[in-house]
Amino acid sequence: MDAFKSLVNYISNPTILFTAVLVGFPFVFPPTNWFYKVHKKLGIHKLWTKKGLIIMVAITIAFFIFGLGDDNFKKIVLKPDNVPISGLIILLIFFTWLSLSQAYKNDKLIDEGKPVDEHYEAPNDKVLVWPDLVYVELISLILFSAFMLIWSIGLPAPLEEPANPSESPNPAKAPWYFLGLQEMLVYFDPWYAGVVLPTFIIIGLMAIPYIDTDPNGSGYYSYKNRMLSLSIYLFGWLVLWNVLIVIGTFLRGPNWGFFGPFEYWDSHRLEALTNVNLSELFYIKWLNMGLPSNILVREAPGLLIMFLTFAVTPPLLAKTALKSFYERLGSTRYTIFVVLMIFGALLPVKMYLRWFFNLKYIISMPEFFFNF
Amino acid sequence: MSDKKNIFEKIAEGQIWKSIFRGGGAPKTRRQRMMVVLNSVFLHLHPVRLPKHAVKLKFTWCMGGLSFFIFLILTISGILLMFYYRPTIEYAYTDIMDLTEQVPFGIMREIHRWGAHAMVIAVWLHMFRVFMTGSYKPPREFNWSVGVILLVLTLLLSFTGYLLPWDQLAIWAIAVGSNMAGATPFLGAEGPGSSLLAIGDINFITKASDARFGLIGGRFLGEATLLRFYVLHCIGLPFIIMIFMAVHFWRIRKDGGISTPV
Repeated sequence: MDAFKSLVNYISNPTILFTAVLVGFPFVFPPTNWFYKVHKKLGIHKLWTKKGLIIMVAITIAFFIFGLGDDNFKKIVLKPDNVPISGLIILLIFFTWLSLSQAYKNDKLIDEGKPVDEHYEAPNDKVLVWPDLVYVELISLILFSAFMLIWSIGLPAPLEEPANPSESPNPAKAPWYFLGLQEMLVYFDPWYAGVVLPTFIIIGLMAIPYIDTDPNGSGYYSYKNRMLSLSIYLFGWLVLWNVLIVIGTFLRGPNWGFFGPFEYWDSHRLEALTNVNLSELFYIKWLNMGLPSNILVREAPGLLIMFLTFAVTPPLLAKTALKSFYERLGSTRYTIFVVLMIFGALLPVKMYLRWFFNLKYIISMPEFFFNF
Repeated sequence: MSDKKNIFEKIAEGQIWKSIFRGGGAPKTRRQRMMVVLNSVFLHLHPVRLPKHAVKLKFTWCMGGLSFFIFLILTISGILLMFYYRPTIEYAYTDIMDLTEQVPFGIMREIHRWGAHAMVIAVWLHMFRVFMTGSYKPPREFNWSVGVILLVLTLLLSFTGYLLPWDQLAIWAIAVGSNMAGATPFLGAEGPGSSLLAIGDINFITKASDARFGLIGGRFLGEATLLRFYVLHCIGLPFIIMIFMAVHFWRIRKDGGISTPV
């Protein structure tokens, strides 16, 4: 038992957990034909069968039941405001399965040259709203209301001590739906993690229909024909949003330190703060000299990297790996798409730079509150 | 067959019933069933007829409808809570305490809080479904963007409500969130570029004039913040979200109803 718990504690460390998710992701949700072939060969597509659903849900529930036997796990998971997130985990598994099982079924029908499941012949296949839709709605409302009543009677809403501005709790956490962003505060400054990044997320979401202009695949579940866009969306939604929320909620304890699910939240545990900036690495460690006093010279390595990332990479990719993309999307759509993708990719990149090189900032200009 | 009618049939054919529900009577024929939808201000959010997959839960997940339904639950329970809750530092916490301790079987606050969590999840899952069925594709691009705004407004509604119990959980969650506003580029006192907005020695963006100050109504979380969040939560944001919801629902109909395979 204890060996299993310490194993879970060990592998749920973001370094390992996130790497495993990152490596496994393209095989579970393949973005290209090559990954799709491996995905089929390894039999991962069987996750989206009934048996697959039962196994996934059973493992998750078994883990929670096992975990509730542990005091540390119980304390965090049963916190009233955290209960919806446990529900969210199960719901995400179920609805990912529900959409992909239908998508794979339709993929097969398309391969066989048959119409998809949602195909209908207007006007013969139309049904009347009264009663066919109205009664579905009524039953949903009644069931949901019953569920809300049971939830509300069973779980009292949390009310802690009266507000006291002079006594901050450790850790102080934002509401759970913002914990993915709060997790990003570990790797970025507030101006980016709290303001610019959310703005990019909103703009990026709104831009989706204007970037993915392929009119096919509307109105029915499918995977194969929309592989790349589905894979990108699922990565953002499942990994960058929900996995980070789960980490931020369940695995971040005092001083925002990392704690495994079965670990005691020790507020006196010391974290070594040895993070260094790129300028310090470059001038002091590699060139063995002092930091230049001119800000622009001091930050030249970081500025150069950022310039290469944002000004050189997009045109370079347009000429090479993403050539077909560039031709299909045109220069405006292509630029917006690639820049948004780079901003998205910067999140994991910065995480790994921190874990492996203790890198704090690529560009550090505290004089202007500008650290990135 | 006897001509005797039971009480329900009599009511359904009487003058009062017929005047309220245009047409009257139980809809039995196809024509009557279509007229029910056309004649009702609420039901005519829907079209009269739908493709058959649009009534299947495995296709729709019912998450859009559920989000709207939860919004109604939250509005009603929220109005009831407003009768008992005073948004001042002196009373806020004790009023919530009273709701918990003085009302036997009182679950209005639970319904409101868990409903808020449920609405966030329902809106996320609705978006997930819409993406998975490719329903953001033309001609529905703009309605997808309206949906993104509704998502943001849902989160803001939940966030502003989080402060109102005025307990430790509330103010420190809002402290974490509102400190971000102080780091807004150019407009936050601790944001990059704010020192550039100055004439000579006079800074325009200070702790008493930046984005954070505007959000919480002062340098520190206090009376003004509570009132500000209360007004935003109860009046300001619901007003805005209802406008966007109207556009969202109207555009669903105008863009051809639920998405279908071409």
